[in-house]
Amino acid sequence: MTASNNDRFDSVQDDALVEIRDVVFGYGARPVLQGINLTARRGQVVAIMGSSGCGKTTLLRLIGGQVRATQGTVRVAGESLGELDAEGLYRLRRRMGMLFQFGALFTDITVFDNVAYPLREHTDLAEETIRDLVLMKLNAVGLTGAADLMPSALSGGMARRVALARAIALDPMLVMYDEPFAGLDPISLGVTGNLIRRLTDTLGLTSLVVTHDVQESLKIVDYVYFVSAGVIVAEGTAAEILASDLPYVHQFVHGEADGPVPFHYQAPAYAEDLGLRSSRA
Amino acid sequence: MLRRAIENLGSRTIDGVWRIGFAARFFVAVLLHSGTAFRRFGLTIREMYFSGVLSLIIILVSGLFVGMVLGLQGYETLQTYGSEEALGILVALSLVRELGPVVAALLFASRAGSAITAEIGLMKATEQLTAMEMMAVNPIARVIAPRFWAGVISMPFLAALFSAMGIFGGYLVGVQLIGVDEGAFWSQMQSAVDFEEDILNGIIKSVVFGVAITAIALFEGYDAPPTAEGVSGATTRTVVTSSLAVLALDFVLTAFMFRGV
Repeated sequence: MTASNNDRFDSVQDDALVEIRDVVFGYGARPVLQGINLTARRGQVVAIMGSSGCGKTTLLRLIGGQVRATQGTVRVAGESLGELDAEGLYRLRRRMGMLFQFGALFTDITVFDNVAYPLREHTDLAEETIRDLVLMKLNAVGLTGAADLMPSALSGGMARRVALARAIALDPMLVMYDEPFAGLDPISLGVTGNLIRRLTDTLGLTSLVVTHDVQESLKIVDYVYFVSAGVIVAEGTAAEILASDLPYVHQFVHGEADGPVPFHYQAPAYAEDLGLRSSRA
Repeated sequence: MLRRAIENLGSRTIDGVWRIGFAARFFVAVLLHSGTAFRRFGLTIREMYFSGVLSLIIILVSGLFVGMVLGLQGYETLQTYGSEEALGILVALSLVRELGPVVAALLFASRAGSAITAEIGLMKATEQLTAMEMMAVNPIARVIAPRFWAGVISMPFLAALFSAMGIFGGYLVGVQLIGVDEGAFWSQMQSAVDFEEDILNGIIKSVVFGVAITAIALFEGYDAPPTAEGVSGATTRTVVTSSLAVLALDFVLTAFMFRGV
């Protein structure tokens, strides 16, 4: 599995929508990503998994062009993000959608206006056309009935579905999901998972899902990358990941408390803290 | 010990200078991206409603009371010299030159400035600004600039209304309550208040205060750490910094405008 690569899915190299090659990134002196290689092919749902704080969200920020790689290249639809100016970046972002962890809906306008927002900002469509488009997108996430509600009246799962409708408003080629499953009840969890898969297939999108929810995401993904401490430690299809005997992947998939990722945060010996043993010894 | 103190001082200085630099770049970016605020003037009008119109009650009521107090206090002093007819001049000049722009600005800072900071800070904390950026919409152009120009445009109107209400308050107390001659009150005021010298300078002051308050409020919100205490700290800083800025700027402007008068 370690030698395999997502490349084998298709022989056509150009099919890669997102390509990350040898990317190094750090916030100030703190390294976050160290030599990442990742490919997402068109039409795939690709999951990036790993424990909290391992650099998953930073990867999305790199692909969205919010931060720039210190080394290496990030390519989306053939364009290298490091070489784009602000205008080029905005042009590219119009073809990307992003679903934030808590939706990030604009709280001062209704659900309808939230979904209409990108359309009104970037197109000159007539208001009736916008209305039809918005209702279409809301219908895709099953929330036409919520069009007139304010975001504060929505549950967490509904807010995320509205945000998803907003993310696909401009029919993007790529949708990125930042922890789409976090904090959802079992029903919303299944609904969200199915939506990601269904929208990817019916709209011909490519989806990148950052998550630590193994069970839910393995049901819907085509390919998985495991990130730990800023490097990709494993990759493969859902079946390969489930069957993996790599200690880290095994611990993660089966949710074991102790393993390569220790239960205890780095600390001096407990006995020393309690004063049971002299630290001079 | 000493070394740590020096290190501490150094790092605070660097942080301070860095923040000033960031604030300056932010301000320039707001000016550069102001096109949207005027091309889509509806956005600016909406913000004028929130920061200007909704501040009206506090501005009008405060103006009325300040004017009434001026009427009482002014009458007390002026009658000692037998010149209580000059009450109109005293009330009008104090309001138009100083109290109108300054007190209205202080009220604006605490009513609208704090609201702007909290709103922008929360938009940042809930990733609304990032979401906008990911939708290829520049938050500086779409969110910040309209609020900036709304504040700058609203401030002189608020100051003018404050002064007008204050003059009315002075009239109520001076003429209607105490019995100063109505004709003298108005005619002396009319002849003593100069449009350019007094009213225009007052308007200039309030525009400058509007720029200072809104820029500080927006910057504090934009720069606020995305946490509950971050936003609350930024809101407090907005009120403190912009109030101090208003008072300091008032001194500087007055020194330039009214020297030798």
